[in-house]
Amino acid sequence: MSGAGLGYAPGPAAAPGANARFETWLWIAQRASAAVLALCVLVHLVTIIYAVHHGLSGAAILARTRGNVGALAFYTLYVLAIAVHAPIGLRALCQEWLGWRNSSLNWVIGALALALFVFGLRAGAAVFVG
Amino acid sequence: MSMKNDYRARNHPAWWAFLVHRLSGLALSLFLPFHFWALGQALQGEARLDTLLRWTQQPLVKFAEAGLVLLLAAHLAGGLRLLALEFLPWRGWQKSLLAWAAGAALAAGLAFALVL
Repeated sequence: MSGAGLGYAPGPAAAPGANARFETWLWIAQRASAAVLALCVLVHLVTIIYAVHHGLSGAAILARTRGNVGALAFYTLYVLAIAVHAPIGLRALCQEWLGWRNSSLNWVIGALALALFVFGLRAGAAVFVG
Repeated sequence: MSMKNDYRARNHPAWWAFLVHRLSGLALSLFLPFHFWALGQALQGEARLDTLLRWTQQPLVKFAEAGLVLLLAAHLAGGLRLLALEFLPWRGWQKSLLAWAAGAALAAGLAFALVL
């Protein structure tokens, strides 16, 4: 584990000689996706509360999402932001807590981002066509 | 770094905020594949989704779900705190107060909204 570094700045997370430009882009992507997620998570929390009170059955869920283009667009944006945000956060965790800093980490994190995006879109499509 | 300095660095609200943010992020990341898988069951029809939803009615699963909602709210509050720290020209105590207020309001609001 790295000293007392809080891990939010690109500096401490970057290995010596690492591509500073790449780290900067990841930092920007993490903040931009966080801003999108702030709104999406708020909407999601409100939806959860609404769903808890208005039926949490398959029929009730699909009645809200089936053929709902607005919901599909929202969940697509949500999934995209998650697929960017979660892997970058896990990358920082792997670097700082596991000491995993070589380039294999970037490939694994990239694959994770792709998997989250594909399976997230599949989930959104499933309740759209339901 | 000495043990003493290490302890001082971590026994601080910012360290706890960091730890809660990181652990909640990790837990949410681990939950995501299950969440996507569960929603994907709708591809097999409404009945399959219903079977899964009935399984989630068990007390322990409902308790875990409530925990996940709180973790999501905590991660949101922590994230808003970070964005405020990095992008808004506020004083330190104002940012801390805002984060505590947002976190407490979210937790109380969610507990109220989910139970009632």
